[in-house]
Amino acid sequence: MALLQISEPGQSTAPHEHRLAAGIDLGTTNSLVATVRSGIAETLADENGLHLLPSVVAYLCDEMPLVGHEAQDRANHDPHNTIASAKRLLGRGLDDVKTLGSQLPYDFIEESGMPRIRTVAGELSPVQISADILRSLKQRAESSLAGDLTGVVITVPAYFDDAQRQATKDAAQLAGLNILRLLNEPTAAAVAYGLDQQAEGIFAIYDLGGGTFDISILRLHQGVFEVMSTGGDSALGGDDIDRMIAEWLLQQAEIGENASPHLLRQILGAARLAKEQLSHHEQADIQLILEDEQKTPWQIQLSREKFDALVDPLISKTLLPCRRALRDAGLNPEDIQEVVMVGGSTRVPRVRERVGEFFQHEPHVDIDPDKVVAIGAAIQADILAGNKPDNDMLLLDVVPLSLGIETMGGLVEKIIPRNTTIPVAKAQDFTTFKDGQSAMAVHVLQGERELITDCRSLARFELRDIPPMVAGAARIRVTYQVDADGLLSVSAQEQTTGAHSEISVKPSYGLSDNDIEGMLRDAMTSAQQDAQARTLREQQVEADRVINALRAALKADGHHLLKRSEFENIQQHLDSLLHVTRGDDPQVIKQAIDKLDQVTQEFAARRMDSSIRKAMQGHHVEDFQNEDAAS
Amino acid sequence: MAITLTEAAAKHIKKSLAGRGKGVGLRLGVKTSGCSGMAYVLEFADVVEKEDQVFESHGVQVLVDPKSMLYIDGTELDFTREGLNEGFRFNNPNIEDECGCGESFTV
Repeated sequence: MALLQISEPGQSTAPHEHRLAAGIDLGTTNSLVATVRSGIAETLADENGLHLLPSVVAYLCDEMPLVGHEAQDRANHDPHNTIASAKRLLGRGLDDVKTLGSQLPYDFIEESGMPRIRTVAGELSPVQISADILRSLKQRAESSLAGDLTGVVITVPAYFDDAQRQATKDAAQLAGLNILRLLNEPTAAAVAYGLDQQAEGIFAIYDLGGGTFDISILRLHQGVFEVMSTGGDSALGGDDIDRMIAEWLLQQAEIGENASPHLLRQILGAARLAKEQLSHHEQADIQLILEDEQKTPWQIQLSREKFDALVDPLISKTLLPCRRALRDAGLNPEDIQEVVMVGGSTRVPRVRERVGEFFQHEPHVDIDPDKVVAIGAAIQADILAGNKPDNDMLLLDVVPLSLGIETMGGLVEKIIPRNTTIPVAKAQDFTTFKDGQSAMAVHVLQGERELITDCRSLARFELRDIPPMVAGAARIRVTYQVDADGLLSVSAQEQTTGAHSEISVKPSYGLSDNDIEGMLRDAMTSAQQDAQARTLREQQVEADRVINALRAALKADGHHLLKRSEFENIQQHLDSLLHVTRGDDPQVIKQAIDKLDQVTQEFAARRMDSSIRKAMQGHHVEDFQNEDAAS
Repeated sequence: MAITLTEAAAKHIKKSLAGRGKGVGLRLGVKTSGCSGMAYVLEFADVVEKEDQVFESHGVQVLVDPKSMLYIDGTELDFTREGLNEGFRFNNPNIEDECGCGESFTV
């Protein structure tokens, strides 16, 4: 029997007091809520027994908005007031929304700041729309648990940036939910399978949903989950599998380009049904009503074998980001100890097979792949609400894209490479470029490319009051620091005087996952080109440096140390260097620099002699000896 | 019947009351909650309620409300040490069953 302690009057704690906590998977297409009851985590169903809540909100005049299936039904005849996929807009700037917006039928309000959508219920932000979805899940949880929720854990994609995470938190607050923690979706899936109970391990979470694909590599080390790398394709999912089958059907039924939208919808529906059948059967019967005058019924059988051949190219497309994520994490497929499948599309047997082969491990598939994230979130919520006080998990995060600084010539020097776990602080020393330079501009950039024009600018600030020194003598330490919430602060300090300046930025604010994907892809495909551009800029910068130094020297000593012919020779080489610097061949610039270096060597030697002579003028040799003795 | 304290329990309660600086004694009771139906209440008492039954054991005043008395009559309160943990234990003759952790019980 437990031992009791004396409490203050009226404050005895109730034993086994269970605080109600829920895990919410706020998805792009569907959302779920789950909780731990009697030690078992399960998703909660609505009054019709449905677990998945479509992430769709329909706004009405003077009425409460409809959420879920009811809202989805209105999408066709009231598209402007029925908002789906609000998650894609969460935490985005207006510019990002404009690119996305062209694909969405909503009436965006073009003002600066947060994007808003005009509906019959007023102007709404993605945060408000997400809050309506969360509110609906909250009601569902509170009515089926018969009590108020103490707190919730909401899952977000691992690549969500700070702004997107903050927007998710705002939505929860608006819905009246107390947020215990945001949890990365892949981590939630790992928790659902109890992988956190192991001491150590490296796990791959393969998440193939309806329209998006994500791969995450997690490492569990001393009870701490760390996201090692993430990757994916924001436009690849189960819908593509349906389209693949539909295209095959169009071919088989010899339906041309001019098929009506109605027939296309019918074919897509049949394709989806066939896909679902083939998860459990070796063969699917597909029936269509053709749109000729007789309305001929048409049917065909799709074998598992043929289906596998159809989806193979899509699966191969998902394995590319897998390979990249492994490379980012510095791992080989055999380093992966467990593979977890998430997302409805991982029900396709061929997907499981190929992924298993790739990672050389049988993937975990026992928990419903649609629910696994919500279940993991519920388990985490249960722990955080204090129902299991001995158990605590600390989860770490990563920087999605490299953070760098602009250096001379418009180049980017990376200071924090991408996928570095946060919190992190890194410093690098820089110096001045010109004699007597008293200020330095610090330009903070994000991206994988070599040139600033190809990266995203995050912030700029200036360090002033650098004491006058010759070029290269100042020591300026630039420190990049990203805290646990993903907030970046950059500081610059001149080491001799302590002159200091700093700025805080939100990294990747407004960068969409498409942008991040795109930037990463660009970095891969243009690596060669970037390297050339970098060499060219480096040579140009070097040429500028030489030209500046030489001009200063010529101005000071050129006339009394050089004969006219020598002066003209140097001037001629200087001009030819100036000329080739504007060209685009780094080799030619280098040669011109070398040549100029040769012709100025004599001049440099004379300057040296002359300055020594100047310094010694009017002194006795003994003066120097005495100084030596004194020092 | 009555409620009694062991000497160790009385000593610890006196020390706790002195450390707290106020209080007329110790209140024992039960409340309905927990997985096996009822849970013990163990609190300092600042006032003696009108209906309270008052016991005196080793110089400590113990207060019990009449409803709780039904469930804990005859209880001896002990103070023990188990490993690193120390605390009070109800030796209650009325209980029929208790939950695994012993925080709640049925009579």
